[in-house]
Amino acid sequence: MADLLWLIPALPFLGAVLLVLFGTKLPRTVAGLVGVGSVGISALVTIILGMDFLATRPAFYQQEVWQWFSVAGFSPSIGFHLDALSLVFIFVITFVGFLIHLYSTAYMADEADFSRFFACMNLFVGSMLVLVMADNLLLLYLGWEGVGLCSYLLIGFWYKEPANGYAARKAFIITRVGDTAMAIGLFMLFQLFGTLNIQSILSDAPQVWPVGAEGALLVALLLLGGAVGKSGQLPLQTWLPDAMAGPTPVSALIHAATMVTAGVYLITRMFVIFELAPVAQLTVAIIGAVTLLIAGFSALTQYDLKRVLAYSTISQIGYMFLALGVGAWSAGIFHFMIHAFFKALLFLCAGAIILALHHEQDMRKMGGLRHKMPVVFWTFLIGAASLAALPIITAGFYSKDQILWYALAGENGNIWLYAAGLAGAFLTSIYTFRMVFLTFYGESKTHLEHPPGRRITIPLIILAVLSLVGGFIELPHNFGHVVLFSDLLAPVLPGISASEVLAANEWLFQLLAAVVSLGGVFVAYLFYIKSPHLLHSLERSPAAMRLHRFWFSGWGFDALYDNLLVRPYVFFSNLNKRDIIDSFYTGLARMAEGFHVIFSQTQSGMLRNYVMGIVVGAIMILTISLLL
Amino acid sequence: MSTASMEAALLLAGILFMLGLLSVLIRRNIIFMLISVEIMLNAAGLAFIVAGTRWVQPDGQVMFIFILTMAAAEVSVGLALIMQIYHQLKTLDSDAANVMKG
Amino acid sequence: MELTFYIAAAVAILSTIMVITRYNMIHALLYLVVSFMSVSVVFFTLGAPFMAALEIIIYAGAIVVLIIFVIMMLNMTKEDIQREKEWLKPSVWVGPAMLSAILLAELVHILTTSNPAQTEALVAVDAKLVGLALFGPYLLGVQLCGILLMAGIVGAYHLGRQKKKVIHRFLQERSAAA
Repeated sequence: MADLLWLIPALPFLGAVLLVLFGTKLPRTVAGLVGVGSVGISALVTIILGMDFLATRPAFYQQEVWQWFSVAGFSPSIGFHLDALSLVFIFVITFVGFLIHLYSTAYMADEADFSRFFACMNLFVGSMLVLVMADNLLLLYLGWEGVGLCSYLLIGFWYKEPANGYAARKAFIITRVGDTAMAIGLFMLFQLFGTLNIQSILSDAPQVWPVGAEGALLVALLLLGGAVGKSGQLPLQTWLPDAMAGPTPVSALIHAATMVTAGVYLITRMFVIFELAPVAQLTVAIIGAVTLLIAGFSALTQYDLKRVLAYSTISQIGYMFLALGVGAWSAGIFHFMIHAFFKALLFLCAGAIILALHHEQDMRKMGGLRHKMPVVFWTFLIGAASLAALPIITAGFYSKDQILWYALAGENGNIWLYAAGLAGAFLTSIYTFRMVFLTFYGESKTHLEHPPGRRITIPLIILAVLSLVGGFIELPHNFGHVVLFSDLLAPVLPGISASEVLAANEWLFQLLAAVVSLGGVFVAYLFYIKSPHLLHSLERSPAAMRLHRFWFSGWGFDALYDNLLVRPYVFFSNLNKRDIIDSFYTGLARMAEGFHVIFSQTQSGMLRNYVMGIVVGAIMILTISLLL
Repeated sequence: MSTASMEAALLLAGILFMLGLLSVLIRRNIIFMLISVEIMLNAAGLAFIVAGTRWVQPDGQVMFIFILTMAAAEVSVGLALIMQIYHQLKTLDSDAANVMKG
Repeated sequence: MELTFYIAAAVAILSTIMVITRYNMIHALLYLVVSFMSVSVVFFTLGAPFMAALEIIIYAGAIVVLIIFVIMMLNMTKEDIQREKEWLKPSVWVGPAMLSAILLAELVHILTTSNPAQTEALVAVDAKLVGLALFGPYLLGVQLCGILLMAGIVGAYHLGRQKKKVIHRFLQERSAAA
């Protein structure tokens, strides 16, 4: 079975290569078939492999395809390592990725650059698969950068609009900041361990470092820097809302299946190092908690449907970071999986709405779509309920509740992290249902262009079902006690125990979470359906207006970075406009030019002069050799 | 067989070479320049023969044969070039062929 | 034999001087033949009779005749000789003569100082040894010479061909205007 491993990333790459080489010559249906089919077959292989994995339960599958290179004792391989953690990721990437591809064939049907789109998408999926299946950190880094490249290509897909190119560059450059930190971390790891093989680093690390060692802290923080950049966490989150410039399926892919979850994967994969550095792990938790609050507040104020979803992704990844930070590894991964389902669902629904309304993204101009697009409405409602973690029925409730519970009762949890998480849950459910009410309720303001076709609704329905039932594979132990998911991950990731005192009252906290989430829905209902005048009066107060503006701009991070980094840089570059160092090289060039003028005088075309030159040279050489 | 010293023979080669060189330097007529080059090549061949005889080795004479071959090829190509120059420029003045000056 | 060598050497030098001072090309070439012949005598006295024969056949025979043919094709006239005289002003001689003298002086210096005089008798190297060496260790050189001659033939044919002069009509117009 392990022999099949290479097929999973190879198929999307093959699709990408085919589309790049022959894309413009292929008819649309064939190009779409190649794009969707490659990911689809990859998903099929994943499912076959996953069935086998679940049946036989090996520790891992390992396949070394070939040795990449060998330099001075450093010989990384192109090798794949599949354990339960990677299995969850590749399942989500290929399966959700496949649904998004399928959806894209309808969404992008009228696009001129149809094959370029699918080539990039395939490359994206392939890079992400390499990232999560790599058995060494260098190959992981290759996938990591590949993902960064594809995000650049896809965010700037409609490159004729300068704003999109700007957003793509922003995403690329900001994630590059994190990538640099990560690269330095990898250098340190290689220097210490002499290898970048993940498994040997994980097994050697406890011998090299005692708990709390400075080296571990430094490496963990550097890796965290990379994770933060890719996952759009504080302080490198500013690229993610702007990344909405790309086509909606791209947003779905970036936010659900690939890219932003790479950071979560990296931290989980290198969990041993983070456990050896409790300070770094606490940092992860704090970053997660702060990010989820900041993004939640920002999401409240956005009018652009996709930007709300973007901020909600930042916020939900914040939850995952919070879970990883308190050591609830499997809870974080569980939330990742559920989030992939409902966030892909929400984005695809948003895409369907945007497409139907002829690329209108402003929620204030939507409304009353409930009866016009029933399938989209119901699936969007399910996704929103899952995002808002409505109790009992949705998968989001189970995954988020688990995180909140361990944030409080876990070994590393405390009341502040819990409070932040709970407040975040409240915000989440407000902004989610604000979105639902603004979009689907109220009076209709726009004309429906074209209703969604079957290739759009089928992925929506599948994802909606998963968003509902996905949670039932992991139920809290006082409520059904199903632990299929954490059992699967148990051989890879350490479990977490809750404190005994609180465990007795777990139902109380679950009730609290449920009340908070329903309360959020009620607040949204109050402001946007029942009595909109409350909102208007609130909007009129100057303090609220200022706060609104502040949150709307994403807590002013863009302006902050602009003032702190971009302006001084531009200032200094203006100072050095006539590059000082360059003048040296210009001088060299001038000198060469001067000599050229002088020596070209000697090219008189007179044969005798040339002969004279030869003779003089011969005399000089002979004289020198005689004198020496 | 002979008692002529090697130095004398080499000196002869040197003098012939210098005369050829002098002629190349002073002449403007391109055919004369070619003739002078022939003198120089001949002098070089003489030096090889002298050296070969001095050490009783055939290598010097082998080299002379190579020089001879080279001179023959050079003259044939050189004369062809001279004819082209003459047809193009209507003169044998080597200084007239300075179109490629820098 | 020694006397023969010195006489031949003197003739060679003298005739070469005559070559480089002539204004008439044909005269110069005739002196060149004399020069080659005297060098061939020098070869003979140095014990290289085969080379002496080759010198006469190829240098004096083939090469000089070739040059003469070309000169005949070029139709030299009295004016050309006159112009040659103008070009060879005494002032032209000064610089090159000094350079050559310096070079010769250095050569003489090397010859007289570097090597202690070894006045062994020169022994003849007969043609058989040369032949064995040519087709033994120098086989590659012989083949390269063959290629060189081939290239010479092709080059001479290509360059010497009289092409019909094709001047572009625009160029013609411009030269007419000028």
